[in-house]
Amino acid sequence: MCLSIPSKIVEIDEDNNATVDTMGVRRKVSLDLMADEVAIGDYVLIHIGFAMGKIDEEDALESLKVYEEMIVAMDEEECKALIDQDDNCPNRTL
Amino acid sequence: MQDDKALFDIFRHPQTIRALSRKIHQEALKLSQPLKVMEVCGGHTHTIMKYGLKQLLPDTIEFIHGPGCPVCIMPKERIDQAIALARMSDTILLTLGDMIRVPGSASSLVQERSTGRDIRPLYSPMDALKIARENPTKKVIFFAIGFETTTPMTAALILRTDEEKLHNLFFHINHVLVPPAVHAIMDDSKNRIDAFIGPSHVSVITGAQIYEPIAKQYGTPVVVSGFEPVDVMEGILKIIVQKNENRSEVEVQYTRAVTQGGNQKAQAMVEKTMSVRESFRWRGLGDIAHSALQLNDSFTHLDAETVFSQFLSYEPIDDHKLCICGSILKGLAKPNDCTVFGTACTPNSPLGSCMVSSEGSCNAYYRYGSAL
Repeated sequence: MCLSIPSKIVEIDEDNNATVDTMGVRRKVSLDLMADEVAIGDYVLIHIGFAMGKIDEEDALESLKVYEEMIVAMDEEECKALIDQDDNCPNRTL
Repeated sequence: MQDDKALFDIFRHPQTIRALSRKIHQEALKLSQPLKVMEVCGGHTHTIMKYGLKQLLPDTIEFIHGPGCPVCIMPKERIDQAIALARMSDTILLTLGDMIRVPGSASSLVQERSTGRDIRPLYSPMDALKIARENPTKKVIFFAIGFETTTPMTAALILRTDEEKLHNLFFHINHVLVPPAVHAIMDDSKNRIDAFIGPSHVSVITGAQIYEPIAKQYGTPVVVSGFEPVDVMEGILKIIVQKNENRSEVEVQYTRAVTQGGNQKAQAMVEKTMSVRESFRWRGLGDIAHSALQLNDSFTHLDAETVFSQFLSYEPIDDHKLCICGSILKGLAKPNDCTVFGTACTPNSPLGSCMVSSEGSCNAYYRYGSAL
């Protein structure tokens, strides 16, 4: 019940409703709970027919940057560990 | 954003999950003792099971599944009340999702429906308005369930009902609150929980602020995390780092959707329509003071518990004697500790609520295997 899915606003209609696109599926939702101005193209969280909050796209992209750096750092570390292991290989002299 | 799926993919990316797993292993070496982490919300239990996250974590991290499944914690007497309401003449009973399949003392809403009662699951509470308008001679009753995530939607419906002056739409309110349940678990001396993964969408509404007393009182980090696998892994990493640095703070991993203050418009709508009950009985956890909501006095005329009180019994009803759902909700047992798990109790013929709900721990163990 609580697994609300990020959806994109594609249309804002009368009576405070909007049409959203959730991974290709279009649905109507109520904007009654939204205080902030909602615009076409915004991402919102949908729960039982209501938009309940916006998703901050910039924040998501910021996370992506952090993750990419972490992947590079962890790969380097793993690489180094493998080389160390190889350098210290007890069978090297054979 | 270039394409719509990118927003999901960032938080499901296998390479990111692997890198987080490695980082967690490194950090966990510094832990002074193994950690018991409670994921309060059933949605997180499902992410952990579905993506096999436990297998990517060191043995020193144990998940304790929390009570955050609104269907699971509903005591049988409240389900019996819904059935009693549905059995009244000229009545349409509305509710959400899995609720209609949860067994009461002798029947369930879905069984009642098969005997001809008018019981309808809704996609959105707003659909209740149309049903009430189209059936002016019938009593339409919304059996409202859910945590802080779902309460504002009921509030919005109550306000619209009031605005339209609909006289045939009533509410049976079963909305419950996360913090009192967490306190009840922590105050049970049998429990030892070192940290919490805070709920995602409860927090979108309430803000992360509601967990401050928990972090302070019990010295447990609370990391509010999103529902995607990267979110959960990063949440675990943040918990371990806090432990290693001897901190116990409320931290938000799910920053793309959660703020400190939450959705204040939604909070105001809830406050306008509902107030805190003196006490509410939870399945498994028993009576917890100030843990649920009821309609405000100004809406008594819409309150099914008041208007139809002569049909409702409040006698507590215990669970099936073989069902250990109660201990599971308290974090004292795991689904595979149960003797009827997967045999007498399955998603198709559930004995207990933890197997019914798609957010229940038993349902997750059954669906994804019990590797936890």
